[in-house]
Amino acid sequence: MSLFTSRKTHFVDSDILIIGGGFGGCGATYEARYWARNAKIVLVEKANIERSGAVAHGLSAINCYMGMQWDENQPEDHVRYARNDLLGLVREDLGYDIARHVDASVHKFEEWGLPIMKNKDTGRYLREGRWQIMIHGESYKPIIAEAARKAATEVYNRIMVTHLLMDKKDPNKVAGAVGFSVRSGDFYVFRAKAVIVAAGGASHIYKARSIGEGVGRTWYAPWSSASAYGLLIPAGVKMTQMENKIVLARFKDGYGPVGAWFLLLKSYATNAYGEKYEEARFDELKALVGEYAEKQPVPTCLRNHAMLEEIKAGKGPIYMHTQEVLDTREKEEIGWEDFLDMTIGQAVVWASQNIDPREKPSELITSEPYVMGSHATCSGAWASGPEDIAPADYQWGYNRMMTVDGLFGAGDTIGGSAHKFSSGSFTEGRIAGKSAVKYVRDKSTDTPQIDDMQIKELEATIFKPMENYEVGRNEIVAGTVSPSYISPLQGLQRLEKIMDEYVGGISTYYVTNEPMLNRGLELLTMLKEDLDHLGAEDLHQLQRAWELHHRVWTAESVTRHTLYRQETRWPGYYYRGDYPKLDDTEWHVFTASQYDPQTGEWEMSKLPVHHIID
Amino acid sequence: MPTFVYMTRCDGCGQCVDICPSDIMHIDRTYRRAYNIEPNFCWECYSCVKACPQHAIDVRGYADFAPLGHKVRVLREEEEGMIYWKIKYRDGRVKEFSFPIRTTPWGSIKSPADYETPDTQALDSPMLAHEPTALHVDTLPTLSSSNNK
Repeated sequence: MSLFTSRKTHFVDSDILIIGGGFGGCGATYEARYWARNAKIVLVEKANIERSGAVAHGLSAINCYMGMQWDENQPEDHVRYARNDLLGLVREDLGYDIARHVDASVHKFEEWGLPIMKNKDTGRYLREGRWQIMIHGESYKPIIAEAARKAATEVYNRIMVTHLLMDKKDPNKVAGAVGFSVRSGDFYVFRAKAVIVAAGGASHIYKARSIGEGVGRTWYAPWSSASAYGLLIPAGVKMTQMENKIVLARFKDGYGPVGAWFLLLKSYATNAYGEKYEEARFDELKALVGEYAEKQPVPTCLRNHAMLEEIKAGKGPIYMHTQEVLDTREKEEIGWEDFLDMTIGQAVVWASQNIDPREKPSELITSEPYVMGSHATCSGAWASGPEDIAPADYQWGYNRMMTVDGLFGAGDTIGGSAHKFSSGSFTEGRIAGKSAVKYVRDKSTDTPQIDDMQIKELEATIFKPMENYEVGRNEIVAGTVSPSYISPLQGLQRLEKIMDEYVGGISTYYVTNEPMLNRGLELLTMLKEDLDHLGAEDLHQLQRAWELHHRVWTAESVTRHTLYRQETRWPGYYYRGDYPKLDDTEWHVFTASQYDPQTGEWEMSKLPVHHIID
Repeated sequence: MPTFVYMTRCDGCGQCVDICPSDIMHIDRTYRRAYNIEPNFCWECYSCVKACPQHAIDVRGYADFAPLGHKVRVLREEEEGMIYWKIKYRDGRVKEFSFPIRTTPWGSIKSPADYETPDTQALDSPMLAHEPTALHVDTLPTLSSSNNK
């Protein structure tokens, strides 16, 4: 502590604290202000909300839009789609709730200035696929950030939130959060009546396919550091479906998206010998997952599975035949904008490897696994559902409140509600924002009580990696090899290797089993112990140190859930070698876990899947 | 494609430091100019490239898989609401594209507090801000209660 005597502590009080300024957080901020004109609403973000979160560089499509005004789809249709894609297991109440509100969010985006492409014949939004609409989305995030800035009382950029705070008198009630400024190194204590966690999912808990500089080009943003889960798990929040990792089939190395190519441009994929392999593997899929193989569209994981089997059979590379479909300048522009809006690195791969998509096909491959709650997967917190829709055992008060009082979530944070993407995450933020306002209205007499001793301890814990480095570096002449500390990067590399080799990463073709998972847990336990010995040279590394903490908590949860679910639910996302088939008799359920901060024990359980839509 | 900064163009203004989502654009203490401190955490999102007033930041494809000799340059004209891309291939071919980025003036979004204050009872309904008007349908859908028990 004495090493940083100039460090200041800032206390920031608010009615509603929003952690994470991506789409979920911006939606929550906007909506909370609409309902609570005089409330103090504070948004805190580890980067700069102008360009933060998974949509920092933009998007080329909005993947969740019903089109109810044209009777294109109803919310029920979207629930069926997400349910099929996740092989039966989604929170239908949460998904329905997002789907019924999402069109209003998208209409506001357009009013705010987001250019949405139009179908020249119908005048409607240009559909990429049934659920997706095409946008000129380079400035998607700055536009949404502008709306959030107008709504917030204060926005704190460059504050890394490390821990949630619980109420001194009620250990199951949230009272705020703590963190530090990545710029000044000051300590921040946020006290709030309600907290909305809208942080990001997890990249970089599994070893990536690249090995050098290229590991920055993961599919999900490298700054999506699992805070969505790493903040919740140690606070004792009940989590669900953490084993539901996602693997993406994407353009090789650049991770360029494939949706517009398949759906809008009508391109197709084959093996190296020009064979369309997906249909050919239908019977094999059916043997693994039964009737789920017959669903249309074919579930994302099953399409991955077909590709993987093809590669294992020695028929790779897999190719997307872009050259077959770019017959007009307009289509060429759509193809390029798809990358330039959201995955610029793919354009660089083409330029550097002399690939003109009009002339030759491009390789596809499956990615390393990620953990998130907003894409074709639904890891996250177990949350209370909408009052007018949710079955009785799915609600305990306020929509999107977790199992901790006053703690709400949106986006990657909330489990069970897959396929929300950007517009759905913003919409879920709005739902949580309104709900938090209601909570604060009902409980307005309860001011959060903070334990001063706990604050002091957390301050010491948060800054310890810098102290470890200051002390430890004098032991060695120079360099990165120390007997007493490891750098955040060294810790991250160990994490990625453990998860890759034992918990179904690319090295084993996503296969794991009980002995591997148990061995993984042993090694993760030692890594967790070693996190006390992280050494951070500066504030940037201190940010990396706490990102690693969040990733390791998430990884442990993923491993325990993967061990608990004794079936292979989503072949193509991961495989339990010891339980190679889908088992609807035993496992048509959500998995749940709860870590007890007092005892350090994890409790695993099953939660029922209610089908409220036929 | 990690970013790098041209020594002769950067004036150390720090706009890239301010915008980088990954916190990897920092000012070098000796040269007083920006550089990428952690290329393996660079997502090539181009936020810094677009924000640089001196056009001092460029990218060179990840050494793991991108052969040298390419360029993907960008000019983001915020006031005009357009973005311009120029892509130079390793073999010298060039492609150019331009796309709109915004249809309204920057700063024109109305604060939610500038709308009429909602009825206090509306806080207890499932309706969100601007609904049902913004939905462009008459009512917010719900499920019949028989479905949910």
